[in-house]
Amino acid sequence: MSQPIEFTEEQSMLLDTAMDFCGKHSPVSLVRARLSDEQTIPAAVWQEIVDLGWSAITIPETYGGLGLGLSELVPVVESMGRHLMATPLVWSAAVAHTLLLAGSEEQKNTWLPKLATGAVATMGLVELDGSWLLDEPTCTAEEQAGKLVLTGTKCFVQDATLADMIIVSVLLAGQPRLVLLDKAQIPVAALTQEVVIDETRRSFQLDLDGISVGLESLLPQTCFAEIEQVLMLLLSAEMVGGHANTLNLVIDYLKTRKQFDKYIGSYQALKHPTVDILIGLEASRSHVYHGATVFDQADSSSADKAIALRMAKAVASQGFAFAGDRAIQFHGGFGFTFECDAQLYLRRALWCQYQFGDETYQRSCLAPLLLD
Amino acid sequence: MNVNEQALEAFRQEVSTWLEENNPGDPGFLLPESFMEVGTDAQFEYLRAWQRKVYDAGYLGMSWPKEYGGGGKPQVFQDIVTQEMARQRVPFMTNTIGLNWAGPLILERGTEEAKQKYIRGILNADDIWCQGFSEPDHGSDLGSAQVKAVRDGDEYVINGSKIWTSLGSYAKYMILLARTDTGGPNKYAGLSFFLAPMHVEGITPQPIKKLTSEFGFCQTFFHDARIPANCMMGQEGEGWQVAMATLMFERGNVGGQAGGISMMDLNVNDVLELARRSTRNGRPVLEDPLIRDQMVQFLIEAKSNSLMGAKGRIPALNAERPGAVAMSGKLRSTELKRRFCQFALSLQGANGGRFIAPAAVDGGKWQRIYFNSFSATIGGGTTQVQYNIMGERVLGLPKS
Repeated sequence: MSQPIEFTEEQSMLLDTAMDFCGKHSPVSLVRARLSDEQTIPAAVWQEIVDLGWSAITIPETYGGLGLGLSELVPVVESMGRHLMATPLVWSAAVAHTLLLAGSEEQKNTWLPKLATGAVATMGLVELDGSWLLDEPTCTAEEQAGKLVLTGTKCFVQDATLADMIIVSVLLAGQPRLVLLDKAQIPVAALTQEVVIDETRRSFQLDLDGISVGLESLLPQTCFAEIEQVLMLLLSAEMVGGHANTLNLVIDYLKTRKQFDKYIGSYQALKHPTVDILIGLEASRSHVYHGATVFDQADSSSADKAIALRMAKAVASQGFAFAGDRAIQFHGGFGFTFECDAQLYLRRALWCQYQFGDETYQRSCLAPLLLD
Repeated sequence: MNVNEQALEAFRQEVSTWLEENNPGDPGFLLPESFMEVGTDAQFEYLRAWQRKVYDAGYLGMSWPKEYGGGGKPQVFQDIVTQEMARQRVPFMTNTIGLNWAGPLILERGTEEAKQKYIRGILNADDIWCQGFSEPDHGSDLGSAQVKAVRDGDEYVINGSKIWTSLGSYAKYMILLARTDTGGPNKYAGLSFFLAPMHVEGITPQPIKKLTSEFGFCQTFFHDARIPANCMMGQEGEGWQVAMATLMFERGNVGGQAGGISMMDLNVNDVLELARRSTRNGRPVLEDPLIRDQMVQFLIEAKSNSLMGAKGRIPALNAERPGAVAMSGKLRSTELKRRFCQFALSLQGANGGRFIAPAAVDGGKWQRIYFNSFSATIGGGTTQVQYNIMGERVLGLPKS
């Protein structure tokens, strides 16, 4: 590897554009207003995102995309995270990556050009037991008369009612496999919205019982490790963004709120942990851009990728959760109220922390890679 | 000068072989980890002889001018030597203040006479140098130095005391920051800088016993000590500027050092190596899931520090708070080291309670390193002061 972190002019421009865009389209007043909307984001805003080309970033040019890497998607996702934007971009990108690695030619030809131009896709990978082992689903697919008959329940399916298609993981003949479900194959009643800690999300339970699809819906390959890595990286990027604005929120309050005739930021008991929030942010951001660099480099080994991305997820989760937690505390009584924005960030932090492995789990996965 | 890759590779091979053949090996006692920890005559003589051997072989001060005792070669040769020394973990070059701070300063700003007089002795370790910046009452606030230097004919009369004088008992010269004028427009204006001789009546380096029970530095007392006026560097009142130039060398912000390693660069991988050969209750300690988790946590933090360094070099990723990475570097690296050294003790079972003695794990090196690691979390501005500085200068929070 040449440099631990590659950051191109192109990434820099994307970062500037995205920070600007997300700041404009997702001020915290709108974030709050959207908490009660049916969908995460208005169609018009999603269309603008598509028009900016962001849904096409990681899709190869042969499929109508821009042919760039996750390194170019990360600055966009970081910016969205910073402004607590919830969009289908992360999951659509994960689906695109999945199809590229594991899809049939027909699946790629059908879906990748659509995804590039803004079709929404998502995945059902997790189940009710909350397991992080993506390649050990308990939902099943059984071949019956030329059809795949699905059973079981998926959960935490993001933006499911907005999605044009959903890829789910199932066991077929004892093997973990991926199945592509077109929107038309999913009965409306199969989706039930879940109550989740981050209220900017639209999360659904997907009941597979009674759904059957043609054999061509099966993805010929699997790529669970890569799916996990893509999602760890993008969630970490989102966390870095949220972490940065949590720090800003804390600093603003520490500089304006007075107690005992002094700005509370002058007290070392608040000042020093706020510096820890900053150092945590610097660390997370470094890991995320390093993780993107490693992921996109052709000569990275699978161990290189696993180490870089698990570290990124561990550091980002721990750092953002700490920042959110302290943000509540440092706002005092106001921090205990719904009105204080600190809760928005803490809830976002906790959601991201527990998706695809928190820091403790990541360390346990890293141990054999680093120690043995 | 154009140096081709092949010649450099051949040189690296030559140095590598020389170091393998001439590494002075185990002295039979625990060696210090840096010049700040040299506490016994045996340690000192061993390290002084080693530096001289390296210099005599032509591997020290390689880029310094030939006429003063240097090698007159391109810097790249010295860099190769330094890298190989670090790789083979040979003992460090003990005349650190001379090699890295005083020497470059004299070469940059000194008179011809000073260069002739001092440089060779710095390189061959005949003349050991120490530093007289910090004072007992002022910690790291150098600008408030109170040691007085009063002009009397061709001499200055020095009174007061300096602290943390590493190698003070062995030093022939001190770079000394002293106050020549108490009435200046500000505290910095009255300071002057001397290349002061130590073997003068009235200068008494008093060894101080550290928390490790070792002697590793001195408090140096000046009682009407008379030093020649011509050993001043720069003019009267320019001491602060000269001291700042010295600190630039100390912090490695500018080149010009004689080269060679100046400390044993212990890092988290050394702790991992210790963990791999440690047992707990008869089983490999790395079978314990909690130990594994802590070890991984330290490896992640070490990686964080190195990646932050990489990010720090990319302006577009530091636009919001450009100073955050650089200004937190000391805090992060010294605290991490202190914590992983503490962890290294916990890998030793009941032997964690031993101290410097043959029966201790690695002769008690880890206990000593842990104790000595506080010198970095305290010296040069304590961790707590660093937190204040970060909070105020980087985050813009109100002063405490």
